[in-house]
Amino acid sequence: MREVAIIASAQADNTSTTTSTPVEMLIPVIQQVLANASMTKTDIGFWCHGSCDYMTGQPFSFVSAVDALGAWPPIIESHVEADGAFALYEAWLKIQTGEIDTALVFGNGRSSSGDINRILTLQLDPYVVGPLWPDDRSIAAMQARACLESGVVTERAMAEVAQRSHRNALTNPKALRRGDHSIEALMAAQLVADPLRELDCPAHADGVTAVIIAAGDRARSLADRPAWIRGIDHRIESQNLGNRSMTTLPSAALAAHKAGVANDKIDVAELHAPYSHQELLLTSALGLSESTTINPSGGALCANPMMSAGLARFAEAATRVMNGTADRAIGHASSGAWMQQNLVCVLEGE
Amino acid sequence: MAERCAVIGVGQTQHTSCRADVSIAGLVREAVDRALESAQLTMADIDAIVIGKAPDMLEGVMMPELWLVDSLAAAGKPVFRVHTAGSVGGSTAIVAAQHVMSGVHKRVLTVGFEKQSDGNAMWALSVPMPFGMPVHAGAGGYFSPIIRSYIKRSGAPSHIGCMVAVKDRTNACRNPYAHLHEPDWTLEKAMASPMLWDPVRMVETCPSSDGAMALVLASEDVADAHDGPKAWVHATAMRSEPTAFAGRNQVSPRASEDCANDLWRKAGITSPIDEIDAVEMYVPFAWFEPMWLESLGFAPKDHGWRFVEDGVTEMTGRLPVNCSGGVLSTNPIGASGMLRFGEAAMQVMGIAGEHQVDSVRKAFGHAYGGGSQFFAMWVVGKDKP
Amino acid sequence: MSDDVLRIRTPISIKYQYSAGPRVSSHLLGLMDGRFVGKRCPVCELVYMPPRNGTCAKCGALLGEDVEVGQRGTITTFCVVNVPFLGQTIKIPYVSATILLDGADMGMQHLIQEVDAADVRMGMRVEPVWRPREEWQPSLENVMHFRPTGEPDAPFESYAGHL
Repeated sequence: MREVAIIASAQADNTSTTTSTPVEMLIPVIQQVLANASMTKTDIGFWCHGSCDYMTGQPFSFVSAVDALGAWPPIIESHVEADGAFALYEAWLKIQTGEIDTALVFGNGRSSSGDINRILTLQLDPYVVGPLWPDDRSIAAMQARACLESGVVTERAMAEVAQRSHRNALTNPKALRRGDHSIEALMAAQLVADPLRELDCPAHADGVTAVIIAAGDRARSLADRPAWIRGIDHRIESQNLGNRSMTTLPSAALAAHKAGVANDKIDVAELHAPYSHQELLLTSALGLSESTTINPSGGALCANPMMSAGLARFAEAATRVMNGTADRAIGHASSGAWMQQNLVCVLEGE
Repeated sequence: MAERCAVIGVGQTQHTSCRADVSIAGLVREAVDRALESAQLTMADIDAIVIGKAPDMLEGVMMPELWLVDSLAAAGKPVFRVHTAGSVGGSTAIVAAQHVMSGVHKRVLTVGFEKQSDGNAMWALSVPMPFGMPVHAGAGGYFSPIIRSYIKRSGAPSHIGCMVAVKDRTNACRNPYAHLHEPDWTLEKAMASPMLWDPVRMVETCPSSDGAMALVLASEDVADAHDGPKAWVHATAMRSEPTAFAGRNQVSPRASEDCANDLWRKAGITSPIDEIDAVEMYVPFAWFEPMWLESLGFAPKDHGWRFVEDGVTEMTGRLPVNCSGGVLSTNPIGASGMLRFGEAAMQVMGIAGEHQVDSVRKAFGHAYGGGSQFFAMWVVGKDKP
Repeated sequence: MSDDVLRIRTPISIKYQYSAGPRVSSHLLGLMDGRFVGKRCPVCELVYMPPRNGTCAKCGALLGEDVEVGQRGTITTFCVVNVPFLGQTIKIPYVSATILLDGADMGMQHLIQEVDAADVRMGMRVEPVWRPREEWQPSLENVMHFRPTGEPDAPFESYAGHL
């Protein structure tokens, strides 16, 4: 296996809405990540991106993103209908084949284009579940209820996740929500989908994240302290809401095992858990201990730019490895109801 | 540095305008089951699944790979979804090959599909966008002015498009899976076919189909142990360019030429016309055959149409093109690119049945999408690369 | 359970809000004023009308200054539409053309009318026919169609690079 590292990243400020087009949002971030890496577009061997037509409300919506890349002369480019973190996975695979040494990956999307909770319903079984139109938040609430009833999670623990995330976001200029809330206030807040309160739910955002990865010595020449991808794996479980666990995340546990999470301590874990109770499930599935700092960025509860939120976790984790605040970190992305699909990446400083 | 990779299984559905007899999962499984059988493997043997399809508005299901997990016995496995517009079937095959060539996986199932009769395909392909240009021309209206430019530049006579159409529709009659089975086309009948977007006639236009294509890709050790036919992946290439910019050449886009040149170089091919024995290229409008022949380097500039006229691209010709009937006979958008890549593999594997070309050692698979801006290609061969 | 239940019709309705973005907006406001306002790329200096996505796709750069172009232009290529399709309101056959407006560096698509389809040719000079002012919206549909100006055809070299 070739050594591959994250050597630069950039994010747009997360906003609740914007009047810019996706392309107008993208260009400054692409230019920023290249600048952060002291690279030009001709240094990039492969471009890969993640976005979603249904979120944008337009078929082939990714095509306009190519306009942001200055794809002339023609480039090697590909697209996944998924979070940009999966685009990073594709790029990592391509580097392993030896065809390329560097890649710029990104995810972008405007959650505000439509009612994202309702749009996500379209992911469900189109014959027997989707037509009932259960929205994403209600489905998540069902899972939270099951977790509470089974004792796997407590209301207080959920509130603690929300509190910690929002406090962490106070130092994240990219976050959309931030604040210092008491546990009492959080637990007394109005329910929006019992047992979920507003701050247990993701902060839907319009956003962009871009990351540059590079192989071996190329990475060493581009960054003083690259964030090496020591393990990366993704797994999926059944979507069937009536026939899967509501209180465990087997795909996350398996991906973590394959990525080698347990091989050594984890200093920082940036986890793409859209709902507070899901972070608790995930922490357990990944086998994280109390000594791991979780979501110093504030995570999805403070900014969830769909299609780039997972990649943003990778960016945040990598940044902390690169600046020396962490030696070993996790970047994680998820997709699908009840965190059906999980991508786990272990990052290490040299 | 890359691990070797071979196609050891191929399976496709009965393509037609409306597969009302199956659900989306049923359509996908029809192709997948056939591919697994062809590979002599079961679901349990598969390490990873790579799925490709075009816009989800075509079926009204967002990211259907999430829902298809149970149908594909994918729980606990990596599932990956590619979407690169019309080229998606091809790029998906390439991404799947990379899952093996990276050394990460040994047995990868890949499937491209579209069940576009479930939705309204015409609407889904060009949902009217506010602030956008008014759409006056429909789908073919985008490409026909480009074709007009080719005809003017190359001096091609007007019957060339019809010759390609007759060839592909006739070839399709030897492909039991093809959507259109129309055995009675002659050049004379084709020239009488109604003009839809002058200069493009109805017979020169692809259908709208439901269908799926699946491949099983294997690492070298698995392929060596497999006692059935196989097609080794010699090289893959992809290129993209923007949809529109001042001075863009859409008759032979640079991305197409760069992609082909990169592919030939990686595959060690110096004369494509001499070294490729069968071609499956993405021709949704008949005139694209002569245009792509030139752009890909099979024919000199302005001579692609002569190849057609001289019968070079017939099944019995020097360079058989689209013996499967091609996109002109079958077009489930998400599958079409993989159909090209898979049919090329079938030619090498000797399993193309009635549309098999004799003694194919190397075959070329091609897909394109968007405004002639996304290109994916591969060369597969009987021998290891 | 009936053996006949093979299909289910599930209507989907989702509301979206689209934004033209600041750059395309200045173009659309120009249309509200009967003007073709394009934008120049600050890197290659070419003028785009309309300013697609507010970007020069070749350079990957946000478009800059407004540049008014037209009203007249040259047909660079075209097709004769003879097929009925969803949303069509014009009588077939009709011509859909790429028109290079004077001053622009990339063509735009629009209808050609007031001439026989058979007489339309590459290089033909055309001018816009606007709807009545009171009907104007922020849209290129303010222009009903383009028609020949009667000028001699533009020489091939003047638009050859735009084919």
